[in-house]
Amino acid sequence: MVAIKVNGTTHQVDAAPDTPLLWVLRDNLGLTGTKYGCGIAQCGACTVHIDGNPTRACATPLSAVGTSAVLTIEGLSKDKSHAVQKAWIAEQVPQCGFCQSGQIMAAVSLLEKTPKPTDADIDAAMTNICRCGTYQRVRVAIHRAAGNKA
Amino acid sequence: MTELNTLSRRDFIAVSAAASGGMAIGFHLPGRAEASTAKGAELNAWVTIGSDDTVTIRVHRSEMGQGSSTAIPQLVAEELECDWSKVRMEFASVMRHIRENKVYVSFATGGSRAIRDSHTYLRKAGATGREMLKMAAAQSWGVPVGELKTEKGFVLHAASNRRASYGSLAEAAAKMTPPAEVKFKPDAEWTIAGKSPARFDVPEKVDGSAIYGMDVKVPGMVHAAIKQAPVFGAKLASVDEAKVKSMPGVLAVVKLPGDGAVAVVAERFWQAKTALDALPIAWNEGDNAKVQQATIVDRLKQGLVEPGAKVRHEGDFDGAFAKAAKKIEAEYFAPFLDHACMEPMNCTAHVKADGVEVWVPTQNIEGSLAAAAEAAGVTPDKVTANLTLLGGGFGRRGRQDYVTQAVHIAKAVGKPVKLIWSREEDIQHGTYRPISMGKLQAGLDEKNELTAYAHKVSGQSIFSHLLPHLVKDGWDASSMDGTYNQAYKMPNCKFDYVMRNSHVPVGFWRSVGSSQNAFITESFMDEVAHAAGKDPVEFRRNLIQHNKSWLNVLNMAAEKGDWGKPLPKGKGRGFAINACFGSITAHVVEVTVSQRGQVKVDRVVVVLDTGHAVHPDNIAAQNEGGVAYALSAMLYGEITIKDGRVEQSNFHDYESILIDQMPKVESYLSLTQGDWWGGVGEPSMAPLMAATCNAIFQVTGKRIRSLPLKHHDLKWA
Repeated sequence: MVAIKVNGTTHQVDAAPDTPLLWVLRDNLGLTGTKYGCGIAQCGACTVHIDGNPTRACATPLSAVGTSAVLTIEGLSKDKSHAVQKAWIAEQVPQCGFCQSGQIMAAVSLLEKTPKPTDADIDAAMTNICRCGTYQRVRVAIHRAAGNKA
Repeated sequence: MTELNTLSRRDFIAVSAAASGGMAIGFHLPGRAEASTAKGAELNAWVTIGSDDTVTIRVHRSEMGQGSSTAIPQLVAEELECDWSKVRMEFASVMRHIRENKVYVSFATGGSRAIRDSHTYLRKAGATGREMLKMAAAQSWGVPVGELKTEKGFVLHAASNRRASYGSLAEAAAKMTPPAEVKFKPDAEWTIAGKSPARFDVPEKVDGSAIYGMDVKVPGMVHAAIKQAPVFGAKLASVDEAKVKSMPGVLAVVKLPGDGAVAVVAERFWQAKTALDALPIAWNEGDNAKVQQATIVDRLKQGLVEPGAKVRHEGDFDGAFAKAAKKIEAEYFAPFLDHACMEPMNCTAHVKADGVEVWVPTQNIEGSLAAAAEAAGVTPDKVTANLTLLGGGFGRRGRQDYVTQAVHIAKAVGKPVKLIWSREEDIQHGTYRPISMGKLQAGLDEKNELTAYAHKVSGQSIFSHLLPHLVKDGWDASSMDGTYNQAYKMPNCKFDYVMRNSHVPVGFWRSVGSSQNAFITESFMDEVAHAAGKDPVEFRRNLIQHNKSWLNVLNMAAEKGDWGKPLPKGKGRGFAINACFGSITAHVVEVTVSQRGQVKVDRVVVVLDTGHAVHPDNIAAQNEGGVAYALSAMLYGEITIKDGRVEQSNFHDYESILIDQMPKVESYLSLTQGDWWGGVGEPSMAPLMAATCNAIFQVTGKRIRSLPLKHHDLKWA
């Protein structure tokens, strides 16, 4: 059993140390908001925060997490009340939505580090693939969450 | 305006639906799709109204982000005249559909048909429900129905100043006989449709609570990872199960019927995948392993000089072309493309003594039900098919291969099994956009008027293997869409088709025939306009004078897209127009091309004529997404074959644009209205590749006749 701290709670999980954090979250803890999209840290659908840093959970072995705090989309707010979630709803960002947990986690991290991001900041920080092509609304929603005029 | 390419897709529904027959009334079928959570009185299969005035509207099309799960209720609610704030949606039950003689008509969600093929019966469901509520009020108040009006969830009698809420009337209304004939409101009177209410599916997509196929949890569920024959058509030679049987969590190694794949089942997905990766598998690859990309392309090229099947011949092309003062000829190429849905293919299945239950992210849950019945060897009434949300579809999820596999695996292990394809399996076992080439010829007279036009398509056919009865007189309408059936006036023309199939599986990819043919047709039209020394928009305008809808779209795009306005050096503007899936779309694209040849698409103006617009903001979203999808394909997209197998494997070599490459997309509607209802998802993207390449030509003078763009040197001086 390995101890892991997710969304403020410490869990004991029965998983091999090389198991990617993504699958520990999904299969051991039932936190399915974090998605599998590629398994090679390309698409970002599995983005979570580890000690506040956006991280591709599919390429992060459980053994590398240690005592760090993991934050997933489920831990962002209890009632969709995070500024980024509200902006996402206001701008009707998601289409299929499968990449959006990762997009939102990346955007939250960007805004924590850069509260008033420019378009260039957004381009640099947002490396998540969206096959539906919601990028235009992602950009507007980040500006909205930042209180910038889009 | 005639409907374009509807024959093929309608027949497709008929075929896929025909596979599931039989019914058993009263058969207990547990599961999410069957267990309606609607409380109250049911006016018809689409509408249930609760005593608290809640209106539940059922949706028969899958939700993959295209927004139909909001637009469908809007159309019903519009005619029902209920209070939109009281409306909730639920997905219709396919089991009920089968029991009740196809009550939901079709679950197939493709061909941009969710609205354009449903609007009549959806509005009828709302309108008859409204009339039944009025009848109930008339009976209760002892007044003629003709004196009653409805408004926002109430029936009103002005003369006696009485009103009753729908919730208070629903029980009595449900007992009324629905009127046979109802009249629909004109769009100008719409108060719910034609607006853009917040989509029902958005809130659950911002907190991780939305359930996709991959997220299904079933008690006692185990997990499967699968390896399919890398060479299409290869067969399993041997599997050394002993090597992985004792690995952590491993429960079973399952060879799929037909020997085309092997799966490892384990307690958890990562255990299954780890064991599968360690499993020694040998394949009998067969002759397909000798097929290279060049083998396939060469056969297509040969096809271009063969006569082919006649698709449309009018006037005397050969005579007119021989006499032409100027002759323009070109060959174009479009590669295989993968859908690359964000959510890899998956299905959860449970085979029990009394039947089978599946949970599927699919574009056709009725097809899933049929596939599950067939794989389990049971009649369709023994299947419970639960539709989940879809993490993308784009045409890929109309197929049921992953359902068949999941049921076979579940049958072998006797437990609920969730099968998830790796991204590598997903990219290498697609149903690809067909590879295709085009040979085009145009003749201009001394006044630079178009007098002769020919387009021969040589490419792989979707219908020939999927729906062979739709191949008529040797040609496949899905391969030819976007060529012979555009509005251009062509006095002497010929359109021909040469079928060149390979062992690579193909299927419907967003915008289908127009995905390659709009690129080819509209790039070549630009070539012809330049040869004629005419402005490309003006040249097209002269050829579509007779078609008011096309003309309106073209003119609005030219105006909104600042056509003709000067741009600085290094920037260019391109135009393209196309009709497919019942709608007309024009794009004006602005690009910047650096002198080193780096392309940036800056701005795309999209004008769409869908006839009617039920949820305009959703149409705008589809335009934005369609542009991004087409742009990824145009810049990077290609599936290539080496030794009979797909060379690409994941997002590092099958690339997508990221946010930094997203152009500014502006959406406009030019609506013809009347009896014409067009699609959205596919038409929205069709002109993008041609319009972009035409813009690149403006800057560089280089004509792009093959995709993807990454293979072209676009340096200019």
